[in-house]
Amino acid sequence: MAKSHIELTINGKKVEALVEPRTLLIHFLREHQNLTGAHIGCDTGHCGACTVEMDDMSVKSCMTFAVQANGANITTIEGMANPDGTLSALQEGFRMMHGLQCGFCTPGMILRAHRLLKENPAPTEDEIRHGIAGNLCRCTGYVNIVKAIQYAAAKINGTPFQEAAE
Amino acid sequence: MNDQTKIDQDRAERTEKLQGMGCKRKRVEDVRFTQGKGSYVDDLKLPGMLFGDFVRSPHAHARIKSIDTSRAKALPGVVAVLTAADLKPLGLHYMPTLAGDVQAVLAEEKVLFQNQEVAFVIAEDRYIASDATELVDVEYEALPCIVDPFKSMDPDAPILREDIKDKMVGAHGPRKHPNHIFEWQIGDKEATDAVFAKADVTIKEMLVDHRTHPSPLETCQSVASFDKVKGELTLWGTFQAPHVIRTVVSLISGLPEHKIHVIAPDIGGGFGNKVGAYAGYVCSVVGSIVLGVPVKWVEDRMENLSTTSFARDYHMTTELAATKDGKIQAMRVHVLADHGAFDACADPSKWPAGFMNICTGSYDIPTAHLAVDGVYTNKASGGVAYRCSFRVTEAVFAIERAVELLADKLGMDAAELRIKNFIKAEQFPYQSALGWEYDSGDYHTAMKKAMDTIGYKELREEQAKKRDAFKRGETRELMGIGISFFTEIVGAGPAKNCDILGIAMFDSAEIRIHPTGSVIARMGTKSQGQGHETTYAQIIATEIGIPADDIMIEEGNTDTAPYGLGTYGSRSTPVAGAATAVAARKIKAKAQMIAAHMLEVHEGDLEWDVDRFRVKGLPEKFKTMKEIAWAAYNNPPPNMEPGLEAVNYYEPPNMTYPFGAYFCVMDIDVDTGVAKTRRFYALDDCGTRINPMIIEGQVHGGLTEAFACAMGQEIRYDEHGNVMGASFMDFFLPTAVETPHWETDHTVTPSPHHPIGAKGVGESPHVGGVPCFSNAVNDAYAFLGAGHIQMPHDAWRLWTVGQKLGLHN
Repeated sequence: MAKSHIELTINGKKVEALVEPRTLLIHFLREHQNLTGAHIGCDTGHCGACTVEMDDMSVKSCMTFAVQANGANITTIEGMANPDGTLSALQEGFRMMHGLQCGFCTPGMILRAHRLLKENPAPTEDEIRHGIAGNLCRCTGYVNIVKAIQYAAAKINGTPFQEAAE
Repeated sequence: MNDQTKIDQDRAERTEKLQGMGCKRKRVEDVRFTQGKGSYVDDLKLPGMLFGDFVRSPHAHARIKSIDTSRAKALPGVVAVLTAADLKPLGLHYMPTLAGDVQAVLAEEKVLFQNQEVAFVIAEDRYIASDATELVDVEYEALPCIVDPFKSMDPDAPILREDIKDKMVGAHGPRKHPNHIFEWQIGDKEATDAVFAKADVTIKEMLVDHRTHPSPLETCQSVASFDKVKGELTLWGTFQAPHVIRTVVSLISGLPEHKIHVIAPDIGGGFGNKVGAYAGYVCSVVGSIVLGVPVKWVEDRMENLSTTSFARDYHMTTELAATKDGKIQAMRVHVLADHGAFDACADPSKWPAGFMNICTGSYDIPTAHLAVDGVYTNKASGGVAYRCSFRVTEAVFAIERAVELLADKLGMDAAELRIKNFIKAEQFPYQSALGWEYDSGDYHTAMKKAMDTIGYKELREEQAKKRDAFKRGETRELMGIGISFFTEIVGAGPAKNCDILGIAMFDSAEIRIHPTGSVIARMGTKSQGQGHETTYAQIIATEIGIPADDIMIEEGNTDTAPYGLGTYGSRSTPVAGAATAVAARKIKAKAQMIAAHMLEVHEGDLEWDVDRFRVKGLPEKFKTMKEIAWAAYNNPPPNMEPGLEAVNYYEPPNMTYPFGAYFCVMDIDVDTGVAKTRRFYALDDCGTRINPMIIEGQVHGGLTEAFACAMGQEIRYDEHGNVMGASFMDFFLPTAVETPHWETDHTVTPSPHHPIGAKGVGESPHVGGVPCFSNAVNDAYAFLGAGHIQMPHDAWRLWTVGQKLGLHN
């Protein structure tokens, strides 16, 4: 199959590649770029395990062709840590609040939460729940994911985080 | 500060540093998972690796007239296409199931359910493999199919399993019909019938625990790599029980077991889906053996939901007999179990209906009888324990719904009826009428705590007012109060009654202390998100006084881990957790001898103090475990072998019996059928608590899966055996928006026979949660004379309940 030439930026790095027009972004990231953090959970755009950031939008990379990312700026979970390599506020929040169990949804969930906090730096619980409704988690029941995002928001905003009573 | 305070403070500080049992230790696993550095099966990339994909049957029941693979093989990039004809000479077209049946790997003469595996295409990449599946030409002759299990044993029913049609004795005894799998009976039928004949009050209801699916977010997948020179096979896969898979692969492939390296890397959730052996695993192995290069197989979601391991599909005719003042005298249950096309239940071998005989629940029911008939239908095979011990969700659903129906009939409060019939704390260990010995419990205390916390009396008062208001036409909202008081049975299990393929269901731990005092420990279990790397280290930390952060836990590599039966049925803590504690105690006993040698005292003169042995009465004379570890390699006592390590294979003397009291308050809009969970309170008693943070997380997750099952999740078939809605478009997985808030609580009744008193918790919330939600829905409509309302309780079905009751006029 004839291949298309694409140029894009992934986690701050310029990337050039030849891809089949039908290659999905998730496969391009996972198999061509060895960025295996984003996962495939459903193949139909429902679960959000494949969520990455594309030009300041959350994108389900199993529903996006790699050629659609031509010229785009992509961030994946591999680009989410602080520049010094320490965990970012969201990554730390997920660990501190036990916002993950099997870890399969986590990269997508963190990427989605990242965009949510960019657009709404101090979301209410209800806004968080609606904001992550495109990302499924089978393990946590979401309570601690909500807390993880609240923890991160507080840390980013420099406001005190009070864990809700159990 | 006096001396004793100083000593206490010093001890408290040292204890805290250990991060041992009882503390909310943050998870070790999360450092990699939050950075996208987990390593799951599909992340694996090997040189020359090929991809396999299945050609699947569009029919539920059909004869295969021909298979033509020539067009597929001609597609550039396709390397091979396997069919049953290729597997048959190797004896691999069928594989044994854990339930004593056989299952087709690739269909030979017939297909028996929609999406059954017919051919396996192997190609250079997954896109080409997928393309090629459409180029395999299969000619079918459609046959009449059986979807309703109640029609399986009709005299004129089509015979589904022609491969065993003359075999009228199956793995579990005589078969009554070619579509019958087994009949399993337990209890005293005659005595039970006699009690029912004379009882003041009886109830009888068909309770359906409908077909659903565990659907972990990561589907089932494997990578097989056969080294032709060494004759060794390495198999990576989504295995909840990697050692069992190794044994099964050896038995069916003929490869010696020591030349098979099974590795379960990080697993993206299991919930019972990843216990069994699937056609995809076998085909990836065969593909790699035939081609000499690695072959990867990855299920897509539709394949996952429609082929690998459904759960439930139990049709339970449930009866209770009681005195008129509400003392339950007997229980009688008949189950018709729809097992699909092959009996691929993942139960211990001697238990064709799992531990369904825990169905007398938390109540002192003196007489009971249970009979289960398993039948074949044209549906996917399975019958796995979806977030529960074997068939325990079904059992608890039966008793907890039945108790509510009895309370309705008696006009008694459902909580009061439960309390009246609870097994009392002083009755433990308690022998149930259906053969279990409950190890421990304090049900009255748990129930009282739960009722006080939730404000049960006030809720019933509020409900009475709302019902009156509804009757007066002042509200269109119904209020339901759901109760569930469950007893689980987990931790399989004692060798006398629990084995898989003849292997007793022990589990294991091997602990090695390195000279510098750090530790590696390996277990026969396999975490799929439960946080084993964190919690096993906490057990060891407390037992031997080495900080949990200095202890690495490793699971899933069958070359290095001791043999174990894996993680499902909440068995990791009850069995491998016990093995961990026992192995640690062996190390501690040797450490005490080394310390005595170092301190030049008698062993008996030493006492344990958090992280050290000290001389009794001389607390300043001590040796820490770290110092002892060095000495073990440097200065062991004369005649003692050097080193400091231990292994334990733990065979539990009994199961453990976690229990809990759950309450749900639900408001239902009678005109739309939309149900809103106002409150859900879960009190769990899992005995000794290793990590409260992880326990709470397990409870949250289990409740969410219970909510899904009760309120909408279902694998449904139409009359032609077409599976309806096998994608996340239709299959209900709650998002953060629908999922209720969870309130958690606990009591602690340690298991008397477990080394650390722990009982397991991962599945309790699912087991207790499903009936609690269903009871809330049923309770909401009960005063309108709705009778039993079957699950799942999605808005459409609840709307139809209102419609039938004439509430929409």
